[in-house]
Amino acid sequence: MASATRGESAMAAKLAPQVPKMDSTPVRSPQDPPVRFQVSGFNFFYGPKQAVFGLSLKIPANKITALIGPSGCGKSTFLRTLNRMNETVRNARFAGEILLDGQDILRMDVVGLRHRVGMVFQRPNPFPKSIYDNVAYGLRINGYQGRLDDLVEHSLRRAALWEEVKDQLRKSALALSGGQQQRLCIARALAVDPEVLLLDEPCSALDPVTTAKIEELAFHLKESCTIVIVTHNMQQAARVSDYTAFMLDGRLIEHAETSKLFTTPSDPRTEAYITGRFG
Amino acid sequence: MKSLHLLWRKSVNVVMLTLTGVAALAVVSILFLILGYLVYNGGRSLNWDFFTRLPKPVGETGGGMANAIVGSMKLLLLAALMGLPVGLMAGVYLAEFGGKAFSFVIRYTTDLLNGVPSIVIGIFAYALAVLPVKHFSTLAGGVALGIMVIPITVRSTEEFLRAVPGSLREGAMALGANKWRTIATVVLPAASGGIITGMLLSLARVAGETAPLLFTAFSNRFWSPGWHQPIASLPVMIFTYAIAPYDDWHRQAWAAGLVLLTLVLVANLGCRLVLSRRGDIRSV
Repeated sequence: MASATRGESAMAAKLAPQVPKMDSTPVRSPQDPPVRFQVSGFNFFYGPKQAVFGLSLKIPANKITALIGPSGCGKSTFLRTLNRMNETVRNARFAGEILLDGQDILRMDVVGLRHRVGMVFQRPNPFPKSIYDNVAYGLRINGYQGRLDDLVEHSLRRAALWEEVKDQLRKSALALSGGQQQRLCIARALAVDPEVLLLDEPCSALDPVTTAKIEELAFHLKESCTIVIVTHNMQQAARVSDYTAFMLDGRLIEHAETSKLFTTPSDPRTEAYITGRFG
Repeated sequence: MKSLHLLWRKSVNVVMLTLTGVAALAVVSILFLILGYLVYNGGRSLNWDFFTRLPKPVGETGGGMANAIVGSMKLLLLAALMGLPVGLMAGVYLAEFGGKAFSFVIRYTTDLLNGVPSIVIGIFAYALAVLPVKHFSTLAGGVALGIMVIPITVRSTEEFLRAVPGSLREGAMALGANKWRTIATVVLPAASGGIITGMLLSLARVAGETAPLLFTAFSNRFWSPGWHQPIASLPVMIFTYAIAPYDDWHRQAWAAGLVLLTLVLVANLGCRLVLSRRGDIRSV
């Protein structure tokens, strides 16, 4: 994969008026799906404490990859490294290599990386601004010069929120319900047209009906985005993801197609976890 | 024996309850006594002349304190211009950037500065802004009040910034904002209501300061154009008029006290109103 060409086309896509990105995925073959993130020998430390041990995996493009495992297994830590959000944590450091489309994320400009890799957090965190300003935030800080209105509408439509808020774009985002706020956060992340969307337990603060909406949304979004989702809910992982990675005590135990991992796990610990014997 | 003990415990309970209650009542009544006394004495002598006229020469009755009202405002404007930006920036530093050790030192120093008696700050401003030019000035008074504004602003800014949930910072960073961008576009706006309140309260507090003005801004019985002449202010006028031997001056001192208190109360209530309207410090 020629990373430079990929990078340039991504820049061009950002400058051009936005249309759902269809051509960004390299040609795929069924046996070997194109890889977006390639992680090898990833170790993560909080001070002297090691949180992730020798993790290597490939995250396929335009698929949903679920990270499951008990609390403290390092799945969120790993997720937050993919857009270098962990850098703000004091004493945190990591060893190993993470390539995004063949490019080392450590050598990339962190702002550029976070454009390409958006993130939605566990609890909805809309800014105390209007709905419109929330969605436009990422575009404005990047000095986007085009018509904001169209992009805001487009992003809200992609997040399946447009119909509910189109008449109240100037209202405070804090007035929305929890589920609407979370979809707003997804719209906010989508506005800068990321290639990857990281979801860190996006439904843990939401009720089942809203959760279903978000899951459906993720399912549609994978046409244009690669999605990595951390979840505590195994049914959710089974429902939405194409691939599932099971982590335990900072180690990757098993990574396989979701249908395989949940029906015929190859590791006894995976089986114990998904059948609810621990965790 | 047992019932006697019980009776003792019960009576101690009642006595203590009464004592604390009386003390609490005393606190409230002191404020209302001051308020009532001011309104009674000041209200009687408050008239249009008070706001529009200059003080009359000694011996003549009537006149007003227009120059002192404008003077207080000019001094507060200077204090705001000098103290608020420094206080705001230092507060941002403490809440968002500071390392542990250095922050501790700044925080501690700020608290010490807050506890420095206002007369000492007055002497400092005197040495800084009066002695070199050898005359009292509005500028020197502004310096004294500006210094006093800083520590309150620093601490209130820091507190309100800390109340902004970390998830908002993360949200902005995840969209590619750098640290300063995050602070300027998300954190500060989220805390703006509280920060502005803290600033207004700090100004309201120094509005009543007298001691540091006595030998910096001094006083003036006339208008004081520009920034380089002595200037009248409400607190100093209250002091001068209250200890003077004229009944008319006493009445005007009460009136000035009432005006000063009203200004502070309005600032206070205004802040609360703004805060409750916006209600933007919310855990998300």
